[in-house]
Amino acid sequence: MTAGSRAGLEALKTWAQVLAELRCFFADREILEVQTPLARNYAVTDPYLNCFRLDAPGMQNSHSRLHLQPSPEPAMKQLLAAGSGSIYQICKAFRAGEQGRNHLPEFTLLEWYRQGYDHWQLMDEVAELVNQVLGARPVEKIAWREAYIRFAGIDPVTATEQALAACAGDSGIESVGTADHDDRRRLLLDQILVSRVEANLGQGCYTFLHDYAADQAALARVSDDPWPVAERFELYIDGLEIANGFHELNDSVEQRRRFEQEVAYRRKNGLPEVDLDEPLLDCLDRLPDCAGIALGVDRLIKIKTGVPDLNTTPVR
Amino acid sequence: MASYSTNEFRSGLKVMIENDPCEIVENEFVKPGKGQAFNRVRLRNLKTGRMWERTYKSGESVEAADVLDTEMEFLYSDDEAWWFMNPETYDQVAADKAAVGDSAGWLKPQDSCTVTLWNEVPIAVVPPNHVVLKVMETDPGVKGDTAQGGSKPATLETGAVVRVPLFVEEGDLLKVDTRNGEYISRAKE
Repeated sequence: MTAGSRAGLEALKTWAQVLAELRCFFADREILEVQTPLARNYAVTDPYLNCFRLDAPGMQNSHSRLHLQPSPEPAMKQLLAAGSGSIYQICKAFRAGEQGRNHLPEFTLLEWYRQGYDHWQLMDEVAELVNQVLGARPVEKIAWREAYIRFAGIDPVTATEQALAACAGDSGIESVGTADHDDRRRLLLDQILVSRVEANLGQGCYTFLHDYAADQAALARVSDDPWPVAERFELYIDGLEIANGFHELNDSVEQRRRFEQEVAYRRKNGLPEVDLDEPLLDCLDRLPDCAGIALGVDRLIKIKTGVPDLNTTPVR
Repeated sequence: MASYSTNEFRSGLKVMIENDPCEIVENEFVKPGKGQAFNRVRLRNLKTGRMWERTYKSGESVEAADVLDTEMEFLYSDDEAWWFMNPETYDQVAADKAAVGDSAGWLKPQDSCTVTLWNEVPIAVVPPNHVVLKVMETDPGVKGDTAQGGSKPATLETGAVVRVPLFVEEGDLLKVDTRNGEYISRAKE
């Protein structure tokens, strides 16, 4: 056996051990494990996500509408709406074009929903989980706006576009020209987050970034206290984003409005047209109050083992 | 004009940045949770050798640079230029001072060099890793001291100056490492 394949075997054992630990964590809490289709007739409207579409050469009507799912969220919400109670799933998820040290186009997600929880209660449970899998660390919670002020020296809510550009420029990033004002602002905020904020998060602790700007709510609720913020959080460990959670929105009218906004953005920017996920929208008004989270298992294991690159599989 | 999209970025790719040809040294894909994807890229400016960092929104395109590394034989230099020949086509090109830069001290006729051509014009010249050059001028050698201690400057036939052991004499042939300009050994013709 070569050194490479021995390392490969060690990695397989670590994976098996972590998956067993995760299942144990949820069994202890009597949360039901489920499986949902990896391919559905819908892609996502999120303009920053690209889906793979399935093709079956040689078959009649081979040009199908089946898309590999970038997240099991729509399918799992349908189960919740049908009365499943709290559920979890460990599955593959697919995002075209995402390839790098911390990204794989095919990766493993742990997704779970806690009926009756809000995002604060879910953060506590996520902290329990990473404490168990990765070892004990203190937990830090910092609001999205506060993180920009503390680490980048800029208020992301009140700063002018010029100030944001200057702040992003400080870190050696050239400003990227796009026509749309809101889009440019969002792009600069993303650049500052990536280049100046993220590296400071989760160093020696588990950091929850919470209270995101309302326009980054995605599928989360928005509250108005003290200013409009999304009830959304992300977990960072060693500067790496590990998980994204929501206090789930269960208002189909508001969700449809957000999806339509994304569809319009896609159209304006020449991105592929995407149908609205009607089965998801249909179930939202019956979705019980719950909080849900998606956690990247590949990244969790990357941190546990200290490998520098996600792409370590010995299989081609 | 050919161009590359960010998803084609990889190290070694030659692209145009601010009208200068550059080579991608490192390409990192970055994407915040619900945000936009970027490519964070480190590039070497092929004209100046300087490193640049740039960030591109994923999906953007960058103009390709018509840059080619070619093995060529150094012929001779005159007042204005260093002349190189493609040994297969016998085409000759002239490289100016900016393109040759510090490599000038290591160019010996008939040596094979890597000439970087941009739109068929040389912009950089890399000599072989090791060259053999004659000592034109140095202080007299110290007899018997062949093993250790001390060094002195020696001027080579190309004008380059290297630190050499004390026993080296004028007329000696020396093997030199062109990457760090260090003496390796004496050489035979």
